[in-house]
Amino acid sequence: MAALLAIAVSDLRLAWRRGADTLMVVAFFVLAALLFGFGLGGDPALLARAAPGLIWVTALLAAMLALERMFAADFEDGSLDGLLLADVPLELIVLAKCAAHWIVTGVPLIVAAPVLGVMLNLPAQGYGVVLGALALGTPALTLAGSIGAALTLGARRGGVLISLLVLPLYIPILIFGVAAVDAVIAGTDAGASLMALAGFFLAALALAPFAAAAALRQASR
Amino acid sequence: MVNILANPARFLRLAGAVLPWCWAVAAVSGGIGLWLALFVSPADYQQGDSVRIMYIHVPAAWMALGAYMLVAAFSAVALVWKHPLAHIVAASAVPLGAGFTAICLVTGMLWGKTSWGTWWVWDARLTSVLVLFFLYLGLIALRSAFDDSERGNRAAALLALVGFVNIPIIKFSVDWWATLHQPASVLRVGGPAIHPSMLWPLLAMAAAFMAYFAALLLLSVRAEIAGRKLQALLIAAGRDEQGTPAELRGQAR
Repeated sequence: MAALLAIAVSDLRLAWRRGADTLMVVAFFVLAALLFGFGLGGDPALLARAAPGLIWVTALLAAMLALERMFAADFEDGSLDGLLLADVPLELIVLAKCAAHWIVTGVPLIVAAPVLGVMLNLPAQGYGVVLGALALGTPALTLAGSIGAALTLGARRGGVLISLLVLPLYIPILIFGVAAVDAVIAGTDAGASLMALAGFFLAALALAPFAAAAALRQASR
Repeated sequence: MVNILANPARFLRLAGAVLPWCWAVAAVSGGIGLWLALFVSPADYQQGDSVRIMYIHVPAAWMALGAYMLVAAFSAVALVWKHPLAHIVAASAVPLGAGFTAICLVTGMLWGKTSWGTWWVWDARLTSVLVLFFLYLGLIALRSAFDDSERGNRAAALLALVGFVNIPIIKFSVDWWATLHQPASVLRVGGPAIHPSMLWPLLAMAAAFMAYFAALLLLSVRAEIAGRKLQALLIAAGRDEQGTPAELRGQAR
């Protein structure tokens, strides 16, 4: 447990000192929403209708953007081999790294989401559910993304490849995330969609570390 | 069983013996199936003749799913027993599966335009098949993304197993969600809900598609084994992959 905490804390410290990862993700998130504002022409009614989908799509793309760095530094400088030899199960190490990665890239997305809501004229009753849905959805994005990040270590065009690999896994999260927000704005119950999101999160929590650990083992062989 | 077929020489002998039969079944069954589908089977009382798209669309969809299950099964075998041949079979089946998925999507769009009035809807069945198509593309891209082909094979095999979660979602999407796509009418609890005059041409076409897939798969695996043999021979003869003799290498570049 102490070892896992140390891994997570060191990842957080590295991200904090570099600072670029969080900044890049949030900047992309806000800029993409800004572009949609210009692209759709600023009609408040149209923006309000599209806001839940736009927020989710841009959050998804921003999360994808950061995935590549999850294991890349450890792979390049060889500390991945050290992690493989550690007497802590690799699955738990993956979980610790996912937690650190989510704090660095997922939490800023949740924090920035209300800003996007204002920019995109999200109806007032939608803010709470956007935050709730993102809080359930972004950890699932990080966990599912860790599989793609581990599989593409050392690949040519790794960044583009990750998007292609994790996109199929992200689509259900997108569908139910948007459905939850739309349901609340329409005045109906979002419980089912939120429960589906929670289900994806729990399934990813249970399964993704095993897949990502297997991918890491074959990457370093 | 797994270990018996892992020997490439034995596999090649078996493939050579089975291949003509695959072609024969594909031709005969496809011929009969097309004749039944286009001339004998009745037109639908609502859809008219456009229902005949089904005889291509449904077998292609079955093969799209079947090919993925085959890829996942051989990927598991390749990861567990580390048989190079299993990697070759999985790698050869992926483009074929992608092709069948593309046929399924295109015929589905044509059929959708005539019977629903729209090329595409974001319905659970259509979306999940589209996701399957992206999975196939991802497998192709991941396998070719590494300088070390062994690494690409292992990564793609893992991804094939991860992507398997999508298969039950596709199969049962029409039962779980209220969709525009009609529910399963052949492979369902309680037996087929389709009239024999339409079921028989459909099954004939399905047999033809399956035999055609098997034939292409065997051909592709045979070509890959031959390619590897050729490469080994070239290396043994001191030539590189382009066939340049070792003593000339370096001068040309």
